[in-house]
Amino acid sequence: MSTTTYHLIGTRPPRHDGADKVTGRALYGADLKLAGTLHGAILRSPHAHARIVSIDTKAASQHPACRAVVTAEDFPETPDRIVDLGEGDTPLSYIRGNMLARRKTLYQGHAVAAVAATSPQAAAEIAALIQVVYEPLPCVLTAPAAMAKGAPLLHGDLRCTEFGQPTTEASNVADHFRQVMGDSEKGFAEADVIVEREFTTSTVHQGYIEPHTATALWNNDGRLLIWCSTQGSFVVRDTVACMLDLPVSRVRVTPMEIGGGFGGKVPVYVEPVAALLSKKSGQPVKITMTRREVLEGSGPTPGSFIRVKIGAKQDGTLVAAQAYLAYEAGAYPGAMVAPAATCVFAAYDIANQTIDGYDVVVNKPSTAPYRAPGATNAAFATETVLDEIAEKLKLDPLALRLKNASKEGTRRADGAKFRRIGCVEVLETMKAHPHYTAPLGEPSHAEAKRGRGVAVGFWMNAGLPSSCTLNVHADGSVGLIEGSTDIGGSRTSIAMMAAEVLGLQADDMRPSVVDTDTIGYTGVTGGSRTTFATGWAAYEAAQDVVKQMKERAAKLWKVDEVHFADGVFSAGEHRLSFKELAARVGEVGAPVVGRASINAKGPGGSFAGAIVDVEVDVETGKTSILRFTCVQDAGKAIHPSYVEGQMQGGSVQGIGWALNEEYFMSPEGRMMNASFLDYRMPTALDVPMIDTAIVEVPNPVHPYGVRGVGEANIVSPPAAIANAIHAATGCRMRHLPMNPPSVLAAIQQC
Amino acid sequence: MRSFDYAAPVSLAEALALLAAHPTARVLAGGTDLLVQLKSGRRETPLVVDLKKIPELKAITFDAAEGLTIGATVPCCQLTAHADLRRVYPSLAEVAGLIGGTAVQGRASLGGNLCNAAPSADSVPLMIALSAQARVAGPQGLRTVAVEDFCVAPGKSILGPGEFLVSIFFPLPAPGFHAHYLRFIPRNEMDIAVVGVGVSTTVQDGKIAAARIALASVAPTPLFVKAAGDSLVGQAPTSEAIAGAATLAQAAAKPISDMRAPADYRRHLCDVLTRRALTATLGAQ
Ligand SMILES: Cc1cc2nc3c(=O)[nH]c(=O)nc-3n(C[C@H](O)[C@H](O)[C@H](O)COP(=O)(O)OP(=O)(O)OC[C@H]3O[C@@H](n4cnc5c(N)ncnc54)[C@H](O)[C@@H]3O)c2cc1C
Repeated sequence: MSTTTYHLIGTRPPRHDGADKVTGRALYGADLKLAGTLHGAILRSPHAHARIVSIDTKAASQHPACRAVVTAEDFPETPDRIVDLGEGDTPLSYIRGNMLARRKTLYQGHAVAAVAATSPQAAAEIAALIQVVYEPLPCVLTAPAAMAKGAPLLHGDLRCTEFGQPTTEASNVADHFRQVMGDSEKGFAEADVIVEREFTTSTVHQGYIEPHTATALWNNDGRLLIWCSTQGSFVVRDTVACMLDLPVSRVRVTPMEIGGGFGGKVPVYVEPVAALLSKKSGQPVKITMTRREVLEGSGPTPGSFIRVKIGAKQDGTLVAAQAYLAYEAGAYPGAMVAPAATCVFAAYDIANQTIDGYDVVVNKPSTAPYRAPGATNAAFATETVLDEIAEKLKLDPLALRLKNASKEGTRRADGAKFRRIGCVEVLETMKAHPHYTAPLGEPSHAEAKRGRGVAVGFWMNAGLPSSCTLNVHADGSVGLIEGSTDIGGSRTSIAMMAAEVLGLQADDMRPSVVDTDTIGYTGVTGGSRTTFATGWAAYEAAQDVVKQMKERAAKLWKVDEVHFADGVFSAGEHRLSFKELAARVGEVGAPVVGRASINAKGPGGSFAGAIVDVEVDVETGKTSILRFTCVQDAGKAIHPSYVEGQMQGGSVQGIGWALNEEYFMSPEGRMMNASFLDYRMPTALDVPMIDTAIVEVPNPVHPYGVRGVGEANIVSPPAAIANAIHAATGCRMRHLPMNPPSVLAAIQQC
Repeated sequence: MRSFDYAAPVSLAEALALLAAHPTARVLAGGTDLLVQLKSGRRETPLVVDLKKIPELKAITFDAAEGLTIGATVPCCQLTAHADLRRVYPSLAEVAGLIGGTAVQGRASLGGNLCNAAPSADSVPLMIALSAQARVAGPQGLRTVAVEDFCVAPGKSILGPGEFLVSIFFPLPAPGFHAHYLRFIPRNEMDIAVVGVGVSTTVQDGKIAAARIALASVAPTPLFVKAAGDSLVGQAPTSEAIAGAATLAQAAAKPISDMRAPADYRRHLCDVLTRRALTATLGAQ
């Protein structure tokens, strides 16, 4: 575990954006008010699947408050091509099609047309004047239904890629891949115990509190300026440029403060539409989604059908594992099933594995990433099957996991070999945690039963490019310029990493997250990469500052070599602190500006585990979370409060996913619960204080050993809760959410 | 949301005149239902008539000989803070503290909860259990309607054109009287009752002398199940008697399946919650 001592890293200074956030001064996307701004509204499909026969915009255009109307026809006439905007190769027509439907609508809430008007009320009224004639088509809402023979097809041109090879048959399956390691048939033949189970999980939404919002100004000089709520300003820039057929240099994107994203603000929804409306009207146009639009028209995370089979020897050695993962991509391919396959057995060293993944389109919103996308569904299956195996073999569930835990050198079915990872350390910390052996306490009433469950989860994290500039000021403070949207305190963590190099305090740093013209390319705030990668860039930029400061000192002192340690520059008798030297830089040379840009590799995955105590009311099926502990490997916790914040946030989202959240669809494909009243995310009264235990197994490639911590923590809670419900009631839960009616039904049946 | 006009009459007569002149106007108490409905486009009106400035509608009066009168617009936060109310009608103070959260209780009224006529309204089954009477003003003068007869369909009440609720009257509880409201929600806050049960029991000389049971969210209106309460009368407060009443309550329920819960689950809860609520009031003896 980590041993290096630091003066700043590992401490908890106040965040740089704290004052603005708590006083309400921080500027979010919808706070922007440019003079003459028009308000946009989007008309959305009431049908889950329909042919668009005609769109008549005449009445809308003639409304006195109307300034512009756009449809898919307003995109430039460029031939379709394959583009990669950070989420793999995708036909441009799919990306445009999700923005404004052409010919067909593929889910209820699919955008069809948009208007700009002088007020939000007028815009909504005018959008309703657009006459769309639809020819409704039968819809498919789940992966198994969409894969069935004769199922209605969403895309006439979609052909399944089978084992990497194109096929010729039209299908709702965009991709079927298989990962094989060893020989699972042989492995199962050697097993003493085999458990095979089927699981289904519902579509869920990230539930960020701030809806999507963007203001676009198509300026008279031909430049397109965008202010928006996004996890990746450069992704917005590149996507908008691509969709509107502009060079990237013509688009400038300013990321505003963000009210949550969790992956859901990686894709682009309203920016290109606002841009087209601005181009037509000649005025800035703002579009802010309503909550209903967010739920119906942005990207939730896939529902899934999963089958997992695991075989073990009597002593608990896992000898074979098989997974069938069919994930619902929503309207367009891209169900995150590949990461699911990477994660499904990642925590265990199992010699024989076969994993089949299916990326299936269905008539629901096009899915987006959500915290460790794909892994939570998969872990729900694996970790509850393992619980059953532990029960059958009469083994402690953590002992079973520890016996088979992945270590440095363990190979996964996707071919990758783990470097140093913290799976064992996380499991050991769980086992030693007082929670694991604490008494459960007496149930609160006669019909209540209590139980404890555990599970672990993995997420591999991402690297990608990041850039950072440091401007050294005469008073020794440092302006830090970066391009990573700050969702969980990252600007302070990043600044701390530069300050650690320079011997400064967090308060000496002035971090800013800037627009796409002002900083080098930086990947999304996603994949738990920001503290890891942009922090690394800040570290390198600080090294650049040190190098330049040494040069200035050498000139000042007329010496050849200058040392720098603990924030002090020295040569022989000469000594100057960083701040003292900063004040004298002007005497001997140009201002000091440190720069670095990196393409970060080796993010080092993170493991996280959950211990949870529940009480189940066996007469109503309601599950209450009594106690919850999250254990996670952070590599090195730069600012422990923000690491704990991620662990707690991921745990709470996992609890919501486990217990009540779901897209409740009518048979016709309408979402019946598109509000926070009926899309039941946990409230403050539904979760206990989440205990955290940070494990630090340094990531060998990172200068400070950082592993991203944004995602792995959501992976295990649903499985841990299912295992706890089983411990309380004796019933196995194999569907998410485990809401009161489904738990009661399980109790009545088991 | 469409724009609308706003008026705030200061007397019953002025309010009646306004409503007579504007048949499509809607009256406003706390607005925690109405404003949400106007914003979402579920309702539209050219004129909102705010009743909160009319003296009769904003008073709580307790008469130790008669009972309690609550003005139709009195917000829940005043009910939970009212000493006589807490002492004599503790279950009513509890239900006022159950509706929404602190912010909503600063505005939400029992009158609005009743007039909104939602089958899920939390206070209505309890008001029925408390034998509450709605006092209504209209072009023909004042009339009184039992709360169990007030709602006629989802979002519809017996209020005719130009009529509005003035106050709700609660008779004095007899000795041995206890009432309780129990609701089931999947979360612990900010949810609509999947099932709610309001019960009251009066026990005298070891026997149940009177009982009333009403249900929320299992029919198009809040549902008074007279037979269930009557079945207890004359019996000792045993678990068999309670189970019998719960079975009758369950049998009267006609729930629907929707995104909030399936019908058979709601039916099951009618039994569970009625038993639990009756056990609470009878156990309080
Ligand atoms: C966040 C939130 C949480 C909530 N939680 C709950 C809950 O837990 N339980 C629950 O039952 N409800 C809940 N509600 C709904 C609402 O708060 C209650 O129904 C409340 O009691 C309504 O009272 P009000 O004074 O705000 O009514 P208003 O919104 O002012 O009126 C409601 C309806 O009644 C009509 N009306 C009002 N006064 C009169 C009158 N004197 N005569 C004739 N018609 C009248 C109005 O025209 C309108 O149609 C919640 C609402 C919100 C926004």
